[in-house]
Amino acid sequence: MLKKSLVIIVSCLFFNSTFAADKNSIQIKGSDTMVNLGQAWAEKYMEENRQEFMAVTGGGSGTGLSSLISGTCDIAMSSRNIKEKEILLAKQKGINPYETKVALDGLAVVVNPKNPVSKLTVEQLAGIFTGRVTNWKEVGGNDQKIVILSREVNSGTHVYFKEHVLRKGNPNGKEEFAPSALLLPSSQAIADEVANNPSAIGYYGMGYISAKQKPVAVAKDEKSDYVAPAIENVLNGKYPISRPLFLYTNGLPQGLVKKFIDFCLSKQGQEIVLKTDFVPIK
Amino acid sequence: MRKFKEFIIERLIFACGIASIFFVILIFLFLLKEGLAVFKTIIPFNFLFGKNWYPISEPPQLGILPLILGSLLVTLGAAIISIPIGVACAIYIAEIAPLKLKEILKAGIELLAAIPSVVLGFIGMVTLLPWVKNIFNLPTGLTALSGSIMLAFMAMPTMVSIAEDALYSVPKTYKEGAFALGATHWQTIWRVLLPAASSGILAAVMLGIGRVIGETMAVMMITGNAAVIPHSILAPVRTLTATIAAEMGEAVVGSEHYFALFAIGIVLFIISFVINVTADLCLHKRQ
Repeated sequence: MLKKSLVIIVSCLFFNSTFAADKNSIQIKGSDTMVNLGQAWAEKYMEENRQEFMAVTGGGSGTGLSSLISGTCDIAMSSRNIKEKEILLAKQKGINPYETKVALDGLAVVVNPKNPVSKLTVEQLAGIFTGRVTNWKEVGGNDQKIVILSREVNSGTHVYFKEHVLRKGNPNGKEEFAPSALLLPSSQAIADEVANNPSAIGYYGMGYISAKQKPVAVAKDEKSDYVAPAIENVLNGKYPISRPLFLYTNGLPQGLVKKFIDFCLSKQGQEIVLKTDFVPIK
Repeated sequence: MRKFKEFIIERLIFACGIASIFFVILIFLFLLKEGLAVFKTIIPFNFLFGKNWYPISEPPQLGILPLILGSLLVTLGAAIISIPIGVACAIYIAEIAPLKLKEILKAGIELLAAIPSVVLGFIGMVTLLPWVKNIFNLPTGLTALSGSIMLAFMAMPTMVSIAEDALYSVPKTYKEGAFALGATHWQTIWRVLLPAASSGILAAVMLGIGRVIGETMAVMMITGNAAVIPHSILAPVRTLTATIAAEMGEAVVGSEHYFALFAIGIVLFIISFVINVTADLCLHKRQ
């Protein structure tokens, strides 16, 4: 009896793996920022195409891209452009990364609602996150030490913030996050810490803002207007820290992958983008 | 036929016995192969004693001193908290507790070992962090101390069950001799049983610490992961294990960063190897 059931279990395991290889399912992996969006797309898509399966997992943009390169996922979600190094590596393995822009995201800088600071320039943000500015009173707040919260280095958000805020888009910049920055494993962890800590400052995609955090209005420089992170401000290009979100595939999307990406770009797909607090591109 | 069957079974069991050692050697060789590659670009001294960990910069800065010190600090803190409590708990269970209570306590401690570390990390994040922050009036609760307290809970089950075993296996005659000489129960425990079981207790402590230094998930969630050289236990730290776990997903296969993470793996392997061997030596000394 026991033997029989063991045989059944083992054969189930084997058959499962053959089913997975069968092409009515696709693996989507990558950016934690985009996980909710990807999940929402997949759910809606599967509702309409009951025979097809989408598996969506997070892990970070880098994780997604390295899975695409090693052939363990069909679509990589990424909140940053693919790096030269990654393209080279992909080419070596016979993979041809193809980029599709699917949405925009505004990066919100958040503080605790008790913090009196409600607007900062990009220059001030760079000062805070590189550790040059260490006390809130230097940027108009209380006499309190600043606690810097950042995502881990596997996060596309971390890389984007470093390149576009700390280094202000200068590709030869040498600025780094202050070594004392706390690196937290998820956007939610940053949201929780900011909600409990009056001296903390963090950043994440606009979708994570709730009433427990206060988003800071950001200005490009001292002469520009301070702009709040809101969908209309990202759409009209006024908000200075916004970025495109991508889906990467191996070569031009084909078959099921193409069908899914077309769905993401369709009117219905872009409505889901808006619903999950991102900014549609169409 | 019967002999043949015996022969096959013996061989199979032999293969199983050898397998574990074989796998350890394979893992170590793989670690060496991947990890030593980092030393083509950075000399071992700069790797072990470099003060900056910026793995994704151009060029990357790969100094793991802050990570080593972070791991050691969290472990030391956990040891200071868990050793007295763990050993006292073992003494209570082995010597003082009535039979019924003893069974309940032992089951409870085994249950503690069964809690997954991610759950402990989550509980720590929600309950312990605000508490640490308020008591010590810190800017944030994400500190080495929070990690130490949570890890002390994880080290305790191993420590208590092995130490209790060591105390229990002290020959009855020692105890009876002490009582016959007019020693009180406490004097017997302190002067006779503890010294007699000391090597076993030391092994228990070592194995508990071994568990702590290898722990990943809970420390990643509650120690803040800032790669600075810690100046106090109330500062955030980044441990070796959390670094590997957090960064392995991103590291481009074949890059310096990737090799550096494997080299960290070697460092961890060596540390836990030393701890395990010490524990083993302690246990053998007892026998």
